[in-house]
Amino acid sequence: MRQHRPSTLIAELSYQCPLHCPYCSNPLDIGGEKYRRELETEHWIRTFREARRLGVLQLALTGGEPMLRGDLVELCAASRDAGLYSSLITAGTLFTRERAEALKSAGLDHVQISIQSPNADENDRIAGNRSFEKKIAAARLAKQLDFALTINCVLHRQNLDRIAEVLDLALELGAQRLELANTQYYGWAVANQEALLPSPKQLRRAEEAVQRFRERVGPKVDVLWVLPDFYEDLPKPCMGGWGRTAMVVAPNGDVLPCHAAATIPGLEFANVREHPLEWIWSSSDAFVRFRGTDWMQEPCRTCPLGRQEVDWGGCRCQALRLTGDAAATDPVCRFSRHHDRVISARESAQTDEFVYRTMKRPVRN
Amino acid sequence: MTRPCLATGARLRYDEVREEHLLLVPEGAVRLNRTAAEVLELCDGERSLDEIVGALSVRYARADLRDDVRRVVDAMAARGLVVDAAA
Ligand code: SF4
Ligand code: SF4
Repeated sequence: MRQHRPSTLIAELSYQCPLHCPYCSNPLDIGGEKYRRELETEHWIRTFREARRLGVLQLALTGGEPMLRGDLVELCAASRDAGLYSSLITAGTLFTRERAEALKSAGLDHVQISIQSPNADENDRIAGNRSFEKKIAAARLAKQLDFALTINCVLHRQNLDRIAEVLDLALELGAQRLELANTQYYGWAVANQEALLPSPKQLRRAEEAVQRFRERVGPKVDVLWVLPDFYEDLPKPCMGGWGRTAMVVAPNGDVLPCHAAATIPGLEFANVREHPLEWIWSSSDAFVRFRGTDWMQEPCRTCPLGRQEVDWGGCRCQALRLTGDAAATDPVCRFSRHHDRVISARESAQTDEFVYRTMKRPVRN
Repeated sequence: MTRPCLATGARLRYDEVREEHLLLVPEGAVRLNRTAAEVLELCDGERSLDEIVGALSVRYARADLRDDVRRVVDAMAARGLVVDAAA
């Protein structure tokens, strides 16, 4: 099979973050020993160069909060030198004028700022700290400095009904993109599933609001809205297929095929301190294990719809979480014999209480 | 469209790895043929459409490229990737 070239490198620079979002995609053991030693500047810079040679075009500087890295400006300059297009994925609270200007001169292309809700109090409650005003100031500053600007809002039961306000806020801030990301259930979101899962009715109303906005505003704001796969009966190609388009580098230098791959037991991750990125992409255990279709079991192996190379069997981490087997068909799929588990999760008991993201593992899990 | 220019954050680049012209945009890339790349290179917010056509016609021995230029600029504008610097 022809091997694909990656187009995206997701660089998780640090798991430290001043916010405590209950749906954070970071692993539950962010405070653990294995993430303590963050990758040194020179390893990141070499990784960026190797990534470009592999075919990577897009670099996402993320975390945790990437602005907590003291060498961020240097890393942005290195990204530009390597020929990559760089995006800073930030909560915005540390985006001061001085640093923003330095990032601009270093060649940072695009800034994505997350808001937790368009309502200040609700934003601060979800984020677990007072951050709304700083985020808005950051978005205005990014605009002033002529960065491409995306506003991101992770959606769930407790903020979905405000979607029209989110859309209007993005328009008012002059964002050219709005990413409406329905919560994905991995990382901290798993511990908070009962507080986050929306009702089908909420999703339908939100979808209609997005449609109306698109008709009214046109291409000025590019609205990305994806229905959460939990509410569908055929899975999505997770990360564009395992080991096909993207690589995630954790703060300690481990390279993963997706954010949540560390939850899969027995998967071995190679580290950029020890191996060239090229080898990690083409030959490391973690990337090879679920690449292509050879690993598939039934029903994927003889899929009635022939979708093996469309959805690549769905999400491995979701398969593991809901069936106990990472090589099973994603139970979102209607052909999975565990599909009823997805259906019953949609109707699971509800609470408004969050388990906030901290550097300590949650008690409830 | 009076004076077309690339939208904020859109950047032209030749990808030596895949050997193709690309317009890099936030979290994506638009593949371009050579004509499209040449047109977009001239969309600097200074030149008018006529001037872009003129510059290209000189390069291509006076062939009338008006329709090609229009097509590229319109398609990119519909996606919000080219905007009018005069607006
Ligand atoms: S999701 Fe929230 S807590 Fe997690 S890294 Fe982003 S801002 Fe920080
Ligand atoms: S059986 Fe497998 S390949 Fe077929 S639709 Fe379901 S997940 Fe996709």
